[in-house]
Amino acid sequence: MFFTYLRRELRRRRKAALVVASGLALGIALVIVVNSVSSGMNQAQDKVLQSLYGLGTDMTVTKAAEAPKSGETGRPRFEFGAKDDGEEQSSDRVMVQGFQTLASSTVAKVAGQKGVADSVGGLSLQVMKVSGEFKRGQFKQGQSGGATRQGGPGGSGGQPQGQVEGGGASFDVNSYSVYGTDVAKQGLGPLTSSKVTKGRTFKTSEADAKVAVADTSYAKEKKLALGGTVKIKGVKYKLIGIATPDSGDAAANLYVPLKQAQTLAGAKNKITTVYVKATDSQQISAVKATIQKNISGTTVTTSADLADTVSGSLSTASDLAANVGKWLSIAVLVAAFLVAGLLTSSAVSRRVREFGTLKALGWKSGRVTRQVVGEAVVNGLVGGALGIAVGLAGAYAVTAISPTLTAELGSGAGGGARGGGMAMGGPGMRQSAGKTLDIALSAPVSATTITLAVGLAVAGGLIAGAFGGWRASRLRPADALRRVE
Amino acid sequence: MYQLRGVTKQYRRGKDTVDALAGVDLTIGDGDRLVIQGPTGGGKSTLLQMLGGLDRPTAGSIELDGVDLAKLPEARLTKFRAESIGFVFQSFNLIPTLNAQENVETALVPLGLKAADRRERAAQALNSVGLGERLGHLPSEMSGGQQQRVAIARALVKNPKVLLADEPTGNLDESMRDEIMDVLETMWKELGLTFIMVTHDSSIARRAPRLVTIRKGRITITENSKAV
Repeated sequence: MFFTYLRRELRRRRKAALVVASGLALGIALVIVVNSVSSGMNQAQDKVLQSLYGLGTDMTVTKAAEAPKSGETGRPRFEFGAKDDGEEQSSDRVMVQGFQTLASSTVAKVAGQKGVADSVGGLSLQVMKVSGEFKRGQFKQGQSGGATRQGGPGGSGGQPQGQVEGGGASFDVNSYSVYGTDVAKQGLGPLTSSKVTKGRTFKTSEADAKVAVADTSYAKEKKLALGGTVKIKGVKYKLIGIATPDSGDAAANLYVPLKQAQTLAGAKNKITTVYVKATDSQQISAVKATIQKNISGTTVTTSADLADTVSGSLSTASDLAANVGKWLSIAVLVAAFLVAGLLTSSAVSRRVREFGTLKALGWKSGRVTRQVVGEAVVNGLVGGALGIAVGLAGAYAVTAISPTLTAELGSGAGGGARGGGMAMGGPGMRQSAGKTLDIALSAPVSATTITLAVGLAVAGGLIAGAFGGWRASRLRPADALRRVE
Repeated sequence: MYQLRGVTKQYRRGKDTVDALAGVDLTIGDGDRLVIQGPTGGGKSTLLQMLGGLDRPTAGSIELDGVDLAKLPEARLTKFRAESIGFVFQSFNLIPTLNAQENVETALVPLGLKAADRRERAAQALNSVGLGERLGHLPSEMSGGQQQRVAIARALVKNPKVLLADEPTGNLDESMRDEIMDVLETMWKELGLTFIMVTHDSSIARRAPRLVTIRKGRITITENSKAV
């Protein structure tokens, strides 16, 4: 009887049922789309962060920023010795990224902190290679002199009449990044954001070997071949692998063993960054606080801190999804629940005689209420099914269109970005200040989202049913019959 | 047997208190047939609702077989209605979305019968009122007289002790009225139940052996020796 009655009533009031279901469907579809787009935003941000951090890194430890000492400009300086005219001259300048280093022993100290599962140190370098030639100018004597003499410093005495023509300098500046990897612990750190697609990665026995892995884009640009050599500050390294980043840009152009990087930079037993994996991803804030408290002079940057430094359309869209989208969904859902409740309550008012009669026949209030709630829940489930269909279509459309979002790393992120994570976070971070990454947005729908949608549908039905059921349960048969006689 | 003592029912109407029933004393024996008459607003329907356990008196007692309905808890009063009282209403009060058989079944739902038993008994009840061919028809597909027959079948399908009818012919034309009255009187005779009916119709009232007239909440009882 319950289902027969329910089915017939819903069929009779299908227009009202459709209105209720459509309202709920709209709210649920919005929740699905907003949730899936938010999830897509998070994935996009994760991709951006992964390109900086590598997989599995929960936070980085770097040296706290210090004010530059007087007399230090912090700018690279190149010196060239005098050479013959037209002869190519070059100078490699290897700089520690951020000019701030920590002692290698910091890695062990960090590893000893509570809540730290693993840690590894790395040294980020920026190499600037300046190469080119000076050309002396030619002294041209005035018409009275007739002869031509070389000008420039140290010219012969006398009072030559004429002028220096030509000469000058032509130099190329080639800047690239090098990351010193701890070959004994390659499961953590920036190199994990790339896959070695050609050749191989480092062996643990190559702690101080002159071998290198190149980023695929850099290798292509510089025409580096596997098995060939690459020169850094005059030192030749054998190219043993080509790494392709999983997404975005690579963390560095070249990867070398940590000891080699330290030697190149003259930074023995120094590192720029400690990459940390926490034992519990829910306790990252606590671990951060512990490290900062116990290891003085360090700055700990978590993924969340780093996420704050992402700006551009990705950040804007993420904020929109998180704020406007969330509140819009909630507003639509609340409105849909209210409308469903009021329509159900109104339907009960129109069926006063029906329910009064059933109570007169001996139906308990609970049975009448169950009937009303049952109808409302079915309405909710129909709305849920419609909402899930529309929501999935919306999410599919977003994924199909794949709008490109731009993530600007580090720039415009306020003081925290430069002072905190970005400037010292590791390879790629300094270089990424102001760098933009294009990420295609997708809208993945998870099982959790579908479960949430079903839960909302049932909740919507129950709320609507509660409105109507409450009214129905309060009906006294005599009043119900009297009101319609 | 019904035993009503000092039954009073007061309603608030704005600031005023209206006495729908003012100290009604009445005894109705098992198997009696009684008609309640009176002007509109005189308290007829209120008295019928008290007898059917649909409402409680403000004061007094309504005993049926020694049980005071006025003091029964709500759950027991509901059970009492489900088992002992059959109602027939002026507007039939059928559920519009359920067919004739399902409408009759609604009276058996509170008794906890199995679906198959419910269907069988509902079909028998409809057969007994001459609607055996109309089991699957919706109320909207039937005439007023047929709808009232369905309502009568619904009232009687559970074999109640008491049949209460509130203006059962009020919405019917003359031929239908006689048809319905014939059905009701036949059922009363065959089943031996107590039959109490409210009506405005004097011609129907004259057919009853006992007439209760109610004005301003007070009753007068007339025995009718010329009852049909």
